[in-house]
Amino acid sequence: MIYSSIGYYALIFGLAISLPIFFFSIKNFKNHEILDSKIISFSFIQLLLVIVSFLGLIVSFLLSDFSNDTVFNNSHTTKPLFYKISGTWGNHEGSLLLWLLVLTLFIFIFLVRSKNLLKKYRILTVLFQQIIIIGFFIFLIDSSNPFNHTFPSPSEGLGLNPILQDPALAIHPPILYLGYVGSSIIFSSVLAATCLNYISKTWAIHIKNWILISWIFLSLGILLGSIWAYYELGWGGFWFWDPVENVSLMPWLALTTLLHCVLVLEKRSTLSSWIIILSITTFTLSMCGTFLVRSGILNSVHTFANDPERGLFILSFLFILIFISLFVFFVFHKSDEQEVISFSLFSKETSILINNWFMMYFLSVVIIGTVYPIFLDVISSEQISVGPPFYHKLIIPFLIPFLIFMALGPQLSWIRGKLDGKIYLILFLIISFLISYLILKNFGNNILINTILIGSAFYLFLTTIRDFFKKKLQNFSQNLSHFGFSLLILSILFNNIFSSEIITNLKVGETFKNKKFEIKFNDLKKFEEKNYVSFKGYFLIKENNSRENLEPELRVYNQPNIITSEADIKTTFLSDKFITMNTVQNEEYFNIRYQKKPFMLWIWISVVLISFGGVISLFKNRDI
Amino acid sequence: MKKRITSLLTISILIFVFIIFYKSLNTINFYKPKSEIKDIPQFSALSFYSNEKIDSKKIFNKDKYYLLNIWASWCVPCRDEHLILTDLNKYDKLEIIGLNYKDKLENAKRFLDELGDPYKKILLDKDGTKAIEWGAFGVPESFLIYKKKVVKKFIGPLNANSLLEIEQIIK
Repeated sequence: MIYSSIGYYALIFGLAISLPIFFFSIKNFKNHEILDSKIISFSFIQLLLVIVSFLGLIVSFLLSDFSNDTVFNNSHTTKPLFYKISGTWGNHEGSLLLWLLVLTLFIFIFLVRSKNLLKKYRILTVLFQQIIIIGFFIFLIDSSNPFNHTFPSPSEGLGLNPILQDPALAIHPPILYLGYVGSSIIFSSVLAATCLNYISKTWAIHIKNWILISWIFLSLGILLGSIWAYYELGWGGFWFWDPVENVSLMPWLALTTLLHCVLVLEKRSTLSSWIIILSITTFTLSMCGTFLVRSGILNSVHTFANDPERGLFILSFLFILIFISLFVFFVFHKSDEQEVISFSLFSKETSILINNWFMMYFLSVVIIGTVYPIFLDVISSEQISVGPPFYHKLIIPFLIPFLIFMALGPQLSWIRGKLDGKIYLILFLIISFLISYLILKNFGNNILINTILIGSAFYLFLTTIRDFFKKKLQNFSQNLSHFGFSLLILSILFNNIFSSEIITNLKVGETFKNKKFEIKFNDLKKFEEKNYVSFKGYFLIKENNSRENLEPELRVYNQPNIITSEADIKTTFLSDKFITMNTVQNEEYFNIRYQKKPFMLWIWISVVLISFGGVISLFKNRDI
Repeated sequence: MKKRITSLLTISILIFVFIIFYKSLNTINFYKPKSEIKDIPQFSALSFYSNEKIDSKKIFNKDKYYLLNIWASWCVPCRDEHLILTDLNKYDKLEIIGLNYKDKLENAKRFLDELGDPYKKILLDKDGTKAIEWGAFGVPESFLIYKKKVVKKFIGPLNANSLLEIEQIIK
């Protein structure tokens, strides 16, 4: 009770602090040479207040204070401690408070770490960031207050959705939000830099760190979400092209493109229009993601509270921000188009530009697939749902040239590259297609598109491996990320082509047999856990000479009353064995789904490698 | 000049996008279940087993409760829900009618072979239009019907709570 009040008032005071920040920023903008330290102090106070508010909510969750609506709706006394804490951001109100926390944290870090940069630029960035911060404050206080009271206080809460009770998902939102909100700093500083015509090499080096930070977190956030879907939803897939997943992929695509553009800006002081537009796009897409998910416009496996009023607020706020940024872009930006013409065909910047267009294409496919159903519904009240085949058909063919360019680009130098002495590039191409052909032939899967796809992924794989040896530590971060990407595509392809599945009904003691596998249902046991009852099945899988014991579970949660099916997954270096069981009409029988999925682990590893490339680049930047 | 045209164009496109999103916010309201009792829609649909057209008037005409359940074989929560439907099948006062939503016939048949068939009748909704007439927004969804009125609408899979609720109503 008391903690909720503290949290609530901290929020209100936090909003009030924006006023002095605005006041001192505007006063300081014209008058002095150095930045007024009051701006930093007030930003710090604002950050502290938001931290207090956030802690207030966490403590309310810890103490199971059900007089607080948010706690009542999302927690329960029998919930384990870890999920009581993670329940704080597992809901709409709490997650917005987390947004705000990261917003204020990042602007404070920005202020502290940008001492060598132009004063006016720092102040303008603070002002733009404050606009976003104020918007979120008002949104929180007005329509999604996490500290609403109920009286009299209920004695028990409604509980957190069991499928959200998972370690990967507990840290997924904060990580993803760090990525989303990091893009707000990029947005604010790009606007500030445009106003002052400050987009330059110095600025590029500085903003690159912020881009890298949000890119790393966004990548890891998406990875965690995907791991959660794989282990928890029990469908055996890791990416479903579900709108909510797409919403996190869209800013990632824009951000990746932005990262490449900034590299060009750093070296050649060009592509500034690309950078401005992409920065705006990245942040807009992050906000749009929040809007689409939270307003309930999207139908998805992810169940969130639907509230049109909240949706309207985010929508209007989002468009105000877009209009401000467009105004800045059209009024202040001086184009550097004439420089683009001087790009040589064989140069790094040209290949980055080609990369940009490919990325823009992928981005548009995802945007159209996600948003078009909404448009169609409004315009013609026709309802369609866009599924994986749409994305696969539009994206996969374009991956082939994309992968080849990704292999070639880093081999070229800036300004004007030469192709002399690069015969190995052609040699590698032939080798990789040969490897791909032989592999697929060996497994009797000889479809042309697969051969070409795997061939081009191998091409990238080989060229990056060569670079590890040839260039050693030069460009190591880039090389690692590209290598990770080739590994990702290869793992996904092998995973898709070579996975096998068996669906059957078994009762205890029965055995399923076919040419490759033997599945024996040994036993079924019941366990009482803290907040659920578990039915565990004991299975023995025989394949060739290997034996594996798998124990999938059915969980009957008490609060709220939901049955979930927990897959048992045995992960090995080369493949995953995945088994789920489900109830069938006949009480004795269970529906068993067994899958063998090769290279599953490598999908996760490769995404980690991709992000790790970013981390290395970040630390390399620090030294300079 | 060129710049002005681009900016005008971008802004008008954005305004268009805004209007669409704004409208879609409101259409969500439209789909929201209404608390007051409403009449069931009239429609005709092909039957699952016999492939003949059945009129809705001929289905919901007895002095019984009906549970219209929208399901599909590809829908994962439907699997969990099926157990509850099977449970409900024991009541004489309740008839369960299935509406098979955007499904392949063979998959649907396999689904029923596997999990059992609690339905008295199953109607086909290949293109998803019948479900929209009912004001459904997804699968699974169930409507409890008495005397041609919707008594209660269940969005999402039926669970133990909805089972209790239904048992209370039909007693």
